[in-house]
This record gives sequence, C-alpha cells and structure tokens, in this order.
Amino acid sequence: MDLEEAEEFKERCTQCEAVSWGLTDEGKYYCTSCHNVTERSKEVINTDVIPNAQIKALNRGLKRKNNSEKGWDWYVCEGFQHILYQQAEALKNLGVGPELKNDVLHNFWKRYLQKSKQAYCKNPVYSTGRKPTVSEDDLSHSDWASEPELLSDVNSPFLESEMESQSHVHTRKSFPISKASQSETSVCSGSLDGVEYSQRKEKGIVKMTMPQTLAFCYLSLLWQREAITLSDLLRFVEEDHIPYINAFQHFPEQMKLYGRDRGIFGTESWPNYDDIYKKTIEVATFLDLPRFPDITEDCYLHPNILCMKYLMEVNLPDEMHSLTCHVVKMTGMGEVDFLTFDPIAKMAKTVKYDVQAVAIIVVVLKLLFLLDDNLEWSLSNLAEKHNEKNKKDKPWFDFRKWYQIMKKAFDEKKQNWEEARARYLWKSEKPLYYSYVDKPVAYKKREMVVNLQKQFSTLVDSTPTAREKSPSSFQFNWTGEDTERTCFHGHSLQGVLKEKGQSLLTKNSLYWLSTQKFCRCYCTHVTTYEESNYSLSYQFIINLFSFLLRIKTSLLHEEVSLVEKELFKKKYSVTKKKSKSKKVRRH
Amino acid sequence: MSDFSEELKGPVTDDEQVETSVLSGAGMHFPWLQTYIEAVAIGGKRKKDFAQTTSACLSFIQEALLKHQWQQAAGYMYSYFQTLEDSDSYKRQAAPEIIWKLGSEILFYHPKSNVETFNTFADRMKNIGIMNYLKISLQHALYLLHHGMLEDAKRNLSEAETWRHGEKTSSREILINLIQAYKGLLQYYTWSKKKSELSKLDKDDYAYSTVAQDVFNHSWKTSVNISALIKIPGVWDPFVKSYVEMLEFYGDRDGAQEVLTNYAYDEKFPSNPNAHIYLYNFLKRQKAPRSKLISVLKILYQIVPSHKLMLEFHTLLRKSEKEEHHKLGLEVLFGVLDFAGCTKNITAWKYLAKYLKKTLMGNHLAWVQEEWNSRKNWWPSFHFSYFWAKSDWKEDTALACEKAFVAGLLLGKGCRYFRYILKQDHQIFGKKIKRMKRSVKKYSIVNPRL
Repeated sequence: MDLEEAEEFKERCTQCEAVSWGLTDEGKYYCTSCHNVTERSKEVINTDVIPNAQIKALNRGLKRKNNSEKGWDWYVCEGFQHILYQQAEALKNLGVGPELKNDVLHNFWKRYLQKSKQAYCKNPVYSTGRKPTVSEDDLSHSDWASEPELLSDVNSPFLESEMESQSHVHTRKSFPISKASQSETSVCSGSLDGVEYSQRKEKGIVKMTMPQTLAFCYLSLLWQREAITLSDLLRFVEEDHIPYINAFQHFPEQMKLYGRDRGIFGTESWPNYDDIYKKTIEVATFLDLPRFPDITEDCYLHPNILCMKYLMEVNLPDEMHSLTCHVVKMTGMGEVDFLTFDPIAKMAKTVKYDVQAVAIIVVVLKLLFLLDDNLEWSLSNLAEKHNEKNKKDKPWFDFRKWYQIMKKAFDEKKQNWEEARARYLWKSEKPLYYSYVDKPVAYKKREMVVNLQKQFSTLVDSTPTAREKSPSSFQFNWTGEDTERTCFHGHSLQGVLKEKGQSLLTKNSLYWLSTQKFCRCYCTHVTTYEESNYSLSYQFIINLFSFLLRIKTSLLHEEVSLVEKELFKKKYSVTKKKSKSKKVRRH
Repeated sequence: MSDFSEELKGPVTDDEQVETSVLSGAGMHFPWLQTYIEAVAIGGKRKKDFAQTTSACLSFIQEALLKHQWQQAAGYMYSYFQTLEDSDSYKRQAAPEIIWKLGSEILFYHPKSNVETFNTFADRMKNIGIMNYLKISLQHALYLLHHGMLEDAKRNLSEAETWRHGEKTSSREILINLIQAYKGLLQYYTWSKKKSELSKLDKDDYAYSTVAQDVFNHSWKTSVNISALIKIPGVWDPFVKSYVEMLEFYGDRDGAQEVLTNYAYDEKFPSNPNAHIYLYNFLKRQKAPRSKLISVLKILYQIVPSHKLMLEFHTLLRKSEKEEHHKLGLEVLFGVLDFAGCTKNITAWKYLAKYLKKTLMGNHLAWVQEEWNSRKNWWPSFHFSYFWAKSDWKEDTALACEKAFVAGLLLGKGCRYFRYILKQDHQIFGKKIKRMKRSVKKYSIVNPRL
C-alpha cells in the first residue's frame, strides 16, 4: 500500500467524498479515510515489472477513455447558439412561421456576435487571449469568426456539422490550452472560455445569459408580430414546451459541461416577466435595432384583439369588447406610434401588450361595476331577478354568478399549478459538476436519485395526473360540454347600461382611482400595491389576471393605474392642484 | 427592532460579562449578531425557484402524510429526491436524513409497500454519504422487529456494529453503543425464552444441561452488549431492566444494585422516575431495611407525587419511628389526592381518613393545618361538592363514606358533602356513619368551640 503512488488518482471517493487514496495489493485504489475500495486500478506505467496482459489492456482502455472524456473544444457562445437554435425549433413547432428562425433570430444573433466582438468582425475577442500561443496558421483554421454562415443552412442542423468540423481542426492541431492542464487548477470549465467568460466584465457589452436567450426569442416574435405574448412565451417555458431549464442536456455528446459552465448554462429558476422585459429592451438597444414593424389594428398584439382574447379567457361577456375598444381609443393606446417598439428612440420602451390589455379590462370592469364590494352585488341582484323573470331572453350578466364560477375555476387551476410546480424535476440527466474530481460523485448521486425514483414510482397512484398538456394560449375553456361551468360570453350588459338619447351610458356613475398620485419623476413609479387597502372584488380580479399572466399582482395594479392615468388625464391634472376627492365622475 | 436594541443593551448593563469579553479580546462575540447578519443577507436575495418548489414539495408531502394519503405522498416524494442533488451544499447534506424520515414513514404505511421494498429503500439510503449509515441501520432493525423478523433485525444490527468508515466521532460512538445494546436486548429476548424453557424442564432431563449452558452463554454476551450503553447518561429503561434481571438470575446482586443505583442517582442522567422505581422494587425484593426504601421513595415522591407507589411510601412512613416521617406521611397522602386521576382511589381516602384521625388524636393539629391551608381554597369544590357527594354515593358508597369523614374533619360538620352522606340511610354503613359523626364532632379542625 503506497500512498505516494496513489497520488495521481484525483477523483472523489463515492462513499465519503474525500480525495485521499491508497493502493491495495491488487493495485486497486482504496479510500484512506473510509476504506472504500474502487473498481479502478492504477495504471501500470512500467509494464516490465508486472508482465500482466490484463493490466496492460486495462491501461490502454483507460487512456482511450480519457481522450473521449475530454470532448470537443467549444466556446460559450456556441453553447448559447445551440440553445437559441433549439428554442427557435420549439417555437416553429408551436406554429410560428419558419422565417423567425431562419431570418430574424439568425440575424439578431449574428448582429449580437458582431456587436459584442465575438465574431463577424476584425478582431474577435477570442483571438486576443490566445495570440501568443497560437500560430497564424492555426488561427486561420480555428477562427470560426471567419466562417461566413452560422445559421444559414436550414436543412442540416447547423451546429452539429459545424462542431464536428471544428473539433477536427482542434484535435489535429492540438490546442495549446489543453484540458488536462486546466483540470489541475481549481477553477475550470468544459468550454474553452468558460472561466474567462464568467469573469468577463466589459462595460457597454451585454453578456449572454440564459434569460437573455428568451429576450432574443421575444424580440424575434415581436419583430414577426407573432401571436405569442411575453407571458405566453414564459408560460411555455415553464410548461417545458420551449427548452430553457437544462437546455444544455441536448448539447451534442461531445460538448462537455462542468465547472464554470454550470453557472452559465445551469438555471434553477424560471424566467421572470419583469426581468425578461427589461432584458429585451436592453438587448434591442445594444443591437441598435431599427424601429420594429408597425403594430396595427389587425395585429394580435393590438389591445383590441388581445382584450377580446382575455375577455374570452376569463369568461366575460363579448359585449364588453366595445367598451374596451372605447377605452383604448380614449387613452390613445391603440395608436401605432404608441404600440410599436422603437429601440433607437430617445427612451426605448416597449409596451407590455398582455399586461396592458388585461389592465384595460380591469378598468372597464371598474367602470361598469365600480368594484367597491357593494355596487357589483346590488347590480347582481337586479340581474338575478331579471333573469328569473325572463328565462327565454338573452340573460343579463350576473357578476355574482360569474364570480362564483370563476373563483372555483381559478382556485382549482391555481392549486393544480402549485402542485405541478412542486413536482417539477429540475435536474438534468446529465449532472453538472464543478470539476473532474467531482464527476463520479455527481454521477453516483444522479444514479441514486434515479433508482429511488424508480422505486417510488411503483407506489404512486396508477392514474398519473394529466400534466403533459399540449401548448395553448388559452388556459381556460368555457365553451365545452361541462354544464356546471356557465359560459357568459353571450350574456348581455343591459342590466348595467342605460340608454340616453342615442348613446349608452353606464348605470354606475362613480369611479375610484387605483392610484391617487404618481411620482413626479420619470420613473413611472407607482405607489405600491398594498392588497388590504382595496376592495375584495378588486383583489380577486387582480389576482385572477395576474395569475393568468404569471406576473406579480403589483405589476398589474401598476398597469391599471397607468391606463387610468391616460383615461383621466384631466382629472389627474386637477388633483395635482387639489388632490383630495377620491371619487371621479365619469363623462 | 425593539428586540434588537434591547439585546444590544443587554451585555453592557451586565458588568461582569463585559469584563470577561474584554479580557478575552478575540473571544468576544455577540451571539445575536450572527442571526441578524444572516437575515440581512437572505433578505435581499430572491430565493431560487428550485428552493421554492422543493420546499413547497416538502410541505405537500407533510400534508399528505398527515392526511394518510400515502400514494399522494409517494408521488411528491418522487420529485423530492432531487434535493439530494441540491446545489446548496448545506441543504444537500441535510437531504438524506429528511428523505429517509419521510420515505420510511411512507413505506411503513403504504398499502403496496412490503418488507422487501422497505429493505431496498433502507439499503439505498444507508449508502448515500456516510453520515446516516448507523442511524438508518438502527431504525431499519426496529422496523424489522416491528414485523417480527428477529433474525433479520439481529443480522442488521451485527452488520452495523462492525461497520467502520470514516472518522470516529462521539455521536457515532453513542449510536454504536445503542446498536450493540439493541442487539443485547434481542439476545435477552432469546435468553428469556430459553429460561422459561429451562424452568419447564426437569433437572434430570438429558437436555437440561445443554439448555442451561445456552442460557449462560447468552447472558454473558448480553451483559457485554448492554453494559456499555447504560453507562452513558440517558434513559435506557428496557435495557436496564433486562440487564438487571439477568444479573439477578445469576446471583450477582451487588452488580445489579450498582447498576440500578448508578442509574437512579448519577446526576449526569436525566431525571427518570422509572430509575427509582426499579431500584425500589429491587431493594424490596432484597428485603432492604425500611430507611433505605424510604430514602428511594422520597426522591420518587419529589418527581411524581401521584405515583401509585406513594401509598406504599405512606405505609412505610407510618411504620417508621421518626416523627418527621409521620409528618411526611400526611403530606404524601394529601399530595396523592391533589391529582385528578387519584380522586376515586378509595385506598388513598381510607388512609387519609385514618391517618387524619390518628394525627389529630396525636395532637398534631398544626401539621394538618399546614397541609390544609394551601388546599382549602380548592379542595372543597374539587372533592367535596354536593355533586360529588351525590355521584360518589351512587357509584361507590364506601368511597363516599371515607371522603365524608375526611370532609367532616377538614371542613366541619356543616360541610355539604358530610351532611349529604349523613342524611343517607344505609344498613351496612349506618354504624360506621354514626361513629364517624362522633369522631368529627370531637376532632374536626373547624371547631366551633374555639
């Protein structure tokens, strides 16, 4: 048992995670701290001492394995490129036009590589670091910046073929930065520039991160004016229809990830609406993109269409649509200039189309029912009585009945959602580890988890919950056969409107503002949403809609306040002087 | 915030503390500070969704366990296993134990689970890390015991006993002792079975000597296994009991007494009434002198004044020659009857009635008053209400008579309980009641003449 001879064996013990090895008489490694004997034998270098054919064979086998373990040489940005490619594919499968992948996203990405000086430019970042060690000849081969088309070939998966050709180059020319020397140090990564990348902090350059990939996706969707909103996109990510969490596990076998790559490609959180929204603007500004195609009335992202969609989603009467259109018109929120994203404008900002549409619906509900925990119920009483008397007519919309049905459906949905989240499996089949030393431990842990899961899966109820649902932009379905769930789409608003001359007015003539005062500064900052200050009906509606969009309630409340600010512009300018009356008369 | 500032002031006002901390220099520390620093550090950072969903998953499992929804719990468990791969190393290390506890609970009750599934699970969990091997082995053995698989349990414990991995720590040492002791307990069980076999055999039977030899061998092994554990402070009732039984069987009385005395009197051991009960019973069997018995029970009286041995204690005190023992005898009786569980104990009431009379006859009114003063506010409604008089008389006339006597002595003949019983007409108790009336008149502490 010679401890010195065992020094070159650097893996962690699978039993106690220590790195302290001795050699048994048979030449096998054993852990000096817990006496666990491994299957691995010491590579016998001097075969003359022990002329044993078997050991020789084993020795050769190990060496070859080490070579393949090394994997290809690859760069972090290639990893992101691969993920973007997968995401674009997934979007295509969701029904998005193929131009998104082939033209738009491809171009955005090229532009990004160029702007961040990683490719398509004269002095790519990578060449600077390696110049002293790489000969000119090498550069011309390996500098993939000079490779003209990255995403052009649609028919053959662009990455695989490219990766292969590159790895040939690298192995042939035997890169000076060898993996072996890297794994000796404590910080390391599977990608060539992982360590450097995670340390890089350059002013004015937007660094690629996992959330950033979604910002790219959303930008391309926006450019194409596709019928997917940001909240839809993020919901599809959460429902695993778009690769994001563990997207790296679909990398080619030879692209090894570990060490610093873990922090770059591994995520343990779902994307957050606000965060991706901000990143989208950030990326668009960084890419210096021109004004986006106009959002006109026939676009899905136009508030009139989105309002219709969300009215259907939450089972509200179609008749409300004319009111939402009215609000859109009055606030000017349907204007092309207001809606179209223009990153080069002085103040780059894009509309949160989905949040805004929902906020408009909330405002309309407030106009009709006031939502003060009082008027909506008395109006419901009227509607109920009317409906009882006139069973054959088109029924009046009964807020109370709607509330009861929505509350039940919403609670169920939310419960299912919470349960599904609690069941979510975060870990990939390919475990990420910090260094080669940790590799066997990580793989052993994975194997254990898989075994335990296998055992417990036999104990689970044999009827698995139908989690695997096909992606849909609708989360509720009201037109199905389910008789218990009344569909309110066809109900009339007669009970809450009254005729005056030729126009219809709301019976309710009061209104209260969600926010009294706004900050004077440009931050559009709104007073925080303190739930308990508001009526229960308002709370319910805010909760319902923010759940649909998977956003924080405060975000929606803020948007409602902004819509009101536009709608009651005059009133706000008056309150600036007086700032007292809470109730605002309409018309 | 108020707590914070209060704690901040805390050490300053205490001069001594400040001095020591200043003197020690580098050793100065504010235990409260660390928690505040941690709170601040966590406060600003958003928890990762992984942490959020797994902790939600944990509460779903707990809820399902509470509602006995084993299948549901198993379903969530499927997802919870991923905490073994948590990137937070602190949580990752804590995960195996949580998973073992939840998983073994599910497998214990799940209708589709069986011993085999449990064994596989236990073996898997034992080998995740080395921290939990012994604990899981022990609990695994207890599970097997529960299912009557003594041999498997024994094998399991033997395996755990010889398991040597990693460094030895003190907590691990205790676990090994515990494992050995459980093994000893299992050996005791076989021994005890053999012993009863032996008692059925005739001494001349040809099998007698082999069985006897067996019995002897077992006891020797067991004593080795158990004795190490019971030296460590703790509550080891079943081990001590079986160990002492074996020592006694082989006539090692001194050894047994030493074990029991140590178990009862060593200050490092947690206060344990059973320790004193075992010692008392042992001493009683050994016919130890009364004073020794009294001293043992005196401690038990301080721990559990309502214990049923207290009546025996009272008898011992009554028979004693010392006056202070007589006084204590009265105290003990009052003490027993303070407890709701003892209110219908006729022996206690009988003893109290007799002893009260005896004490009062012996001119120790002060003793009675001393006891009564603290109870006179609540005993009348606790024991001597009109309601109790009626129901006691209906349920247990003899008890009612004893109680009435005590009531009369303590509260005077005007007391409702006493009057109610007096009014009842009963052939058998008639005479007794009359005698009682006379005694009450004579000895009641509420004496109208005074």
